[in-house]
Amino acid sequence: MSDTAHTAHASAGASPARRRPLNLAYLGLLPSWLIMGFALLLPILIVAAVSVSTRGAYGGFEWGFDLTGYSQILFNEGWEGEMEFTPQYLIIILRTIVLAALTTLLCLVLAVPVSYFIAQQSSSRKALLVYLVTLPFWMSLILRVYAWMIILGKDGPLPRFLEVFGAPSGLSLMYNDGATLAAMVYTYIPLMVLPVFASIEKLDGTLIEAAHDLYGNRWVTLRRVILPLTAPGIISGAILVFVPALGAVLEPILMGGGKQMMMGSLIQLQFGGGRNWPFGSAIAVMLLVFVMIVLIILALRAARKEAAA
Amino acid sequence: MSTKHDVKRYPGLGALSVAFFVYLYAPLLVVIIYSFNANRITGVWTEFSVKWYGSALNNKALMAALETSLIVAVIATVVATSIALMAALAIIRGKNVRFRKVSETVVNLPLLLPEIVLAVATLILFSLIGLQNGLLKLVIAHSAFCTPFAFLPIRARLQGMSLDFEEAATDLYATRWTTFRRVTLPLIFPGLFSGAMLAFLISMDDFITSNMLASGGSTTLPVYIFSLIRAGTSPELNAIATLLIVASLILATIALTVASRGARDDI
Repeated sequence: MSDTAHTAHASAGASPARRRPLNLAYLGLLPSWLIMGFALLLPILIVAAVSVSTRGAYGGFEWGFDLTGYSQILFNEGWEGEMEFTPQYLIIILRTIVLAALTTLLCLVLAVPVSYFIAQQSSSRKALLVYLVTLPFWMSLILRVYAWMIILGKDGPLPRFLEVFGAPSGLSLMYNDGATLAAMVYTYIPLMVLPVFASIEKLDGTLIEAAHDLYGNRWVTLRRVILPLTAPGIISGAILVFVPALGAVLEPILMGGGKQMMMGSLIQLQFGGGRNWPFGSAIAVMLLVFVMIVLIILALRAARKEAAA
Repeated sequence: MSTKHDVKRYPGLGALSVAFFVYLYAPLLVVIIYSFNANRITGVWTEFSVKWYGSALNNKALMAALETSLIVAVIATVVATSIALMAALAIIRGKNVRFRKVSETVVNLPLLLPEIVLAVATLILFSLIGLQNGLLKLVIAHSAFCTPFAFLPIRARLQGMSLDFEEAATDLYATRWTTFRRVTLPLIFPGLFSGAMLAFLISMDDFITSNMLASGGSTTLPVYIFSLIRAGTSPELNAIATLLIVASLILATIALTVASRGARDDI
């Protein structure tokens, strides 16, 4: 394919009046490159530039090279310019990674058995159940989080239920990491079930029978046959959940309250009330780097597999 | 093989799955039930009433936010679907296309990167170039992040379609344009339609970017809902939420049905 392109190029160079019309495909790609370039790639470069700029006197920023945005993540500048270690933002970064990892793990623990169950159903029931898993994903994220504010909040169904078992009345389960986690698992679970189901469905049933014939019990079969064979689905589900979970904004803002921040809500704050654009940009660059690391590991894995095949 | 001795079955899986679907839908059901509560305080049930629906429908700020959301979503859907259609045709059907893989990654970039980063990035860009118009800012940003949602179903449809029909049309002396309009377009319509619907839903639902870019007169529905949640319990909120849940349910069902129909009668 690249050969023909080359010859076309060469002949075009040889005769100035070439007959070959402009390849329409490039015209088709142009709008997508334009919009992604303008509304996505260029802005990301600007964020990187702002992260090493100076904070403006009245919010915003001024151009110039200044690493305060990054040093602020770990150090607080005292009155006399001395650098004082402050763990508060480090805690937010760690909370982000831990909550995103826990969300992924809990989604996985829920998704594997449910996907396995769905895969065993008749094809019409399968379609219905997959539709039911997908449906909530298309509903407003803010409303799905709001639903959990009602459930866990004061006078909500869950605290009321716990009162029956002796919990104090007027109990609220809101504004802590657990509440954030509950909302995150709920909002991201469809992203895990779909790829896990897709690979469990393809699983060859005779292999499970073979494992049984070789005296593997259900647990051994699950661990040694089912899980390894569905690893591709599990990995893509984990990426689909972990990456957006790292950038979660609404869940920590609404469920965690003001104090239990994650990187996403910290960025949001710096561009809203906090008005420290270089610091907010530095956190945004860090978040982007985390996501890129995950995606690059994945791409390398895929490349290695392709090379092996 | 009898169920009891089927080694592929794991005990308790059925019960667990039922519990899972309850978990998936109970929270939405709770919101819907409370929307009919006459009491101002959500958690305290007094009696059945539809009065909050009436006051929601008479809420001018809510209707203005809905209007903004609809305007932005309709324009962004048209723009994103057109961009996605052109890109999908070029990537799947184009001959001698270089940068095919890179182009596909670029189109899908909004799915890979955290939305909050993109939101602050566009905020800085727009403030640097001095773009003031709130609606225009929203339309540009929404068109960009809706594109992959429109692209994926269209690409899937194009990939599942054999070239025979288009070749037959060309053999019958149809021009490229006629072939596209009379053969390709009708055949990829299911993908195009569900892609457009999903782009529309994503635009309508967006909070992070819209909130970051929101200025006077460009408050979208999710941003308005966020302000209601922040302000504390507004009894109208559950009624608004219920109406939106039902609306998304209908739209998503139509989009998903068309998409799966298209996949079933593969050609």
